[in-house]
Amino acid sequence: MIYDVLIIGAGPAGMTAAIYARRAGKSVLVLEAKGYGGQIIKTPDIENYPVEPGISGYDFATRLYEQTKALGAEFVFERAEGIVDGNVKKVKTPEGEYGAKSVIIATGSESRPLGVEGETALIGRGVSYCATCDGNFFRNKAVAVVGGGNTALEDALYMADIAETVYLIHRRDSFRGEEATAELLRRRENVKILYNSTVTELIADRRLRQIVVTDKEGVKTTLDVRGLFVAVGRIPENRAFENVIELDGAGWASSGENCRTKTPGVFVAGDNRSKDVRQLVTATADGAVAATEALKYIASL
Amino acid sequence: MAVKEITGAEFEEEVIKSDVPVIVDFKAEWCGPCKVLKSTVEEIAGERADVKVVSVDIDEEEDLVDEYEVFSIPCLVAFKGGSEVGRSIGLASKSEIYGALGL
Repeated sequence: MIYDVLIIGAGPAGMTAAIYARRAGKSVLVLEAKGYGGQIIKTPDIENYPVEPGISGYDFATRLYEQTKALGAEFVFERAEGIVDGNVKKVKTPEGEYGAKSVIIATGSESRPLGVEGETALIGRGVSYCATCDGNFFRNKAVAVVGGGNTALEDALYMADIAETVYLIHRRDSFRGEEATAELLRRRENVKILYNSTVTELIADRRLRQIVVTDKEGVKTTLDVRGLFVAVGRIPENRAFENVIELDGAGWASSGENCRTKTPGVFVAGDNRSKDVRQLVTATADGAVAATEALKYIASL
Repeated sequence: MAVKEITGAEFEEEVIKSDVPVIVDFKAEWCGPCKVLKSTVEEIAGERADVKVVSVDIDEEEDLVDEYEVFSIPCLVAFKGGSEVGRSIGLASKSEIYGALGL
């Protein structure tokens, strides 16, 4: 079967695109590597999306998933590993290959790792990329948060209520995140801020026990921490599709507001696209635009 | 297939002494990714007659969380003959889960 629209990624952008394409009567396949919902399912309460303040990210994603399925979009849970361009575009997964007239890449982004040796093996054993998900496992323990943006500052503040001590480690001498949050952190007695410092070593047995922090003079300090929360930004999941889309210097998919790419019939939507505002509402908006553009493209064939 | 939720008191009998491999799904009611993963876990329970699948609520069973050093959920732990043989942390596809658990 050749689908009219194949969507890679079942987050808010991808599922919204599926809704628009199905309502236009097109056949739609959504490929998803992990599980529906995308990053929003980690959000406890959504307060900035129109109509229903306080809805949980999980409820939002589940209702969107049910809406999309009810409209007749097909979901397959396999990881898209590449696109072959042609009259029929082919999307490959470890399990098979799917053909479509148009493709919308809505793969979002993943947490950027620190790049310290042993980090990956310690995920779930002390290293975490989501304080609101895993913070409770570190009640009354010492933890470290790494980063200087809003996520890092908010994670540190969240952990200050749970953990015994929070070390906030930032490689520069000032934060990129909001000053108001930084000021709240400076007033907390159990938060210790280490500027101009990076995490250079993880010491662990089966679980994380200590981290080594090195400052810009090269002075090393060993800290006893059970948890290390990494909040140093996100990486777009575009690398598998570099042959059909253009990436900017940081790896985001270059595209205007029309979500088009350098390849006719291939579109990008949501957080993996190069843009200024990455929010739920801009992700769903991208989905609508990309689907509309895909419909126009199909009509032109 | 529905997955049985077990308590710490049942863990020895259901998991440690099990004759077949067991997958334990450590999860919590407030954890969105755990709820998304639930359908995959149920699918595994339905298609693998040779494996037992159970779940543990981490908010109810802190001793199990400590003993098995669970620091992030969703967390699937595979047991064979009473010992851990594999672990899958976070959302993942079914084939990635089988790979991580060695099943």
